[in-house]
Amino acid sequence: MIIVEQKPLEEILGYLKPYKKVLVVGCDGCTQPPRSLREAKSMAMQVEMGSKLEKKDITAKATTLVKQCCKDSVAGLGEMLEGVEAIVSMACGAGVQTLAEAFHPLPVFPAQNTMFIGSAEHNQGDLVEKCQACGDCLLGYTGGICPVALCAKGLMNGPCGGCYQGKCEVTKEVTDDQGNVTTIQNDCAWFMIYERLRDQGRLDLFKTYRPMRDARVSSSPRSIKWA
Amino acid sequence: METKAFSNLMKAIMDGKFVYTGELEPHKTADITDVVEWATTLKNTGKIVAANVTDNPQSMASISSLAASYVIQRDSGLEVVYQLRCSDRSRMALFSDLLGASMLGLRNVLSLTGDHPATGDAPQSKPVFDLDSAQLVELVHNMVYEKKDYAGNEIHGPDIQLNVGGVANPGLDPVEPEVIKVARKAHAGADFIQTQVIFEVEAALNFLDMLAEYTDVPVLMGIFPPRSYGQASFFDKFVTGVTVPKDLLDTFKKFKEIEDKAKRKEKVDEYNITYFVDFIKEIRKKKNSAGCHIMAVGYPDVIAPIITGAEGK
Ligand code: SF4
Ligand code: SF4
Repeated sequence: MIIVEQKPLEEILGYLKPYKKVLVVGCDGCTQPPRSLREAKSMAMQVEMGSKLEKKDITAKATTLVKQCCKDSVAGLGEMLEGVEAIVSMACGAGVQTLAEAFHPLPVFPAQNTMFIGSAEHNQGDLVEKCQACGDCLLGYTGGICPVALCAKGLMNGPCGGCYQGKCEVTKEVTDDQGNVTTIQNDCAWFMIYERLRDQGRLDLFKTYRPMRDARVSSSPRSIKWA
Repeated sequence: METKAFSNLMKAIMDGKFVYTGELEPHKTADITDVVEWATTLKNTGKIVAANVTDNPQSMASISSLAASYVIQRDSGLEVVYQLRCSDRSRMALFSDLLGASMLGLRNVLSLTGDHPATGDAPQSKPVFDLDSAQLVELVHNMVYEKKDYAGNEIHGPDIQLNVGGVANPGLDPVEPEVIKVARKAHAGADFIQTQVIFEVEAALNFLDMLAEYTDVPVLMGIFPPRSYGQASFFDKFVTGVTVPKDLLDTFKKFKEIEDKAKRKEKVDEYNITYFVDFIKEIRKKKNSAGCHIMAVGYPDVIAPIITGAEGK
């Protein structure tokens, strides 16, 4: 899933200052938390109410697309766009850019910060980064645990000296909605790789030296030929 | 794997001598005078073959370890082990610093992953980690033995003369992943290993034995004679993988009660000397034990007696 986090409403209202008619477009694709019709409608409402507080009157409609990053799918917006002066996209950065290109010169604004490719850890209710789309997947050597996304240093030959009792030296401070700050100590990716391979009787993989990577496969901008 | 000795440190190790190295830490200033003085003190003990020059320890930037290493070696006459971290430099920057080191007559380089910048005084800084410590060892090895750079391009001119070391943390729990990782560094071409501080002799011996099952790379075990209870308990509490035995902590706590400063110091020195002489005598028995890395910055008095004691039969 592509993990997104909503931008502050003030930022979105800031983008919309010059406009009166806005379309909020959700995406039914891979964003997590979901950013579909329900969330688009709620965003449209927030925009209308927020603009009223600023003594402005924005009319915001809402709709959604199956996949905002797909050119064929966005063509479906067609008549919804009548009279619209600006689009607010609920999708990830790829969706925003697809709309911006498809409907130029109509301005398109992001309502989300696109965070990472990840999954939900249900036991903690957290969304966790899992993959950095490095272009040369190593999961086959590492017991299905990604050292690029989950090791703070992206090491190929870990664990480093910062690993103690399975924990990483790098901590993160996370602030919740109530403003409470908690320090999270991550599990050491390489320690998890060690344990998994050990338990699977495949420690030979852990013993193998991994040479320098070719950074070209993960250097932006990237594209591949499809069909 | 072929090993040539370019440094006095490596020559001594290959001659089968039990060697002692020290540690020097340049600060966040453009002045290196006090570090050169400390290097001179180490040199004058007549027992330290080389000293490490740290590279932005704890991810707090200080004088470039390359510049510091050169000046320290030139002005004190003590051979240095130039430390180099992967945290701050891409493979190109590492390589060009290594060429510079060889040109400047530095003969030992120690490869470190380096702390994450998030743990230092500039958490906003971008972490590099283009290579990890094992890959940096391989880079040095290829420069020396193949005359090749990071991409296999030829290096022209004089041979690169560098002995490369790696680090280990023998006190980690569990220690097996660490042992395997150190073995990877040895196979990538590490000439020697220097370890993080360790106090517990059993753990040190266990590490040496476990490592010997993978490689015969020579190990210099890190020791740290604490000057006070505060220092000892700091290591125990805050340094990853370091456990200080309870006996030592309790005894040092008692020393705190001695009011006469000189007397207290005498007791502390005495304890340290006995403790570490015994420690070194034990680890020396292992074949892959090649020396001790003594981290006693600002505490020179015990260095010579510890070494003399450990050398006595
Ligand atoms: S190795 Fe690369 S492609 Fe595979 S999960 Fe990690 S970042 Fe993604
Ligand atoms: S402790 Fe583990 S996860 Fe953290 S940087 Fe080191 S190897 Fe990576």
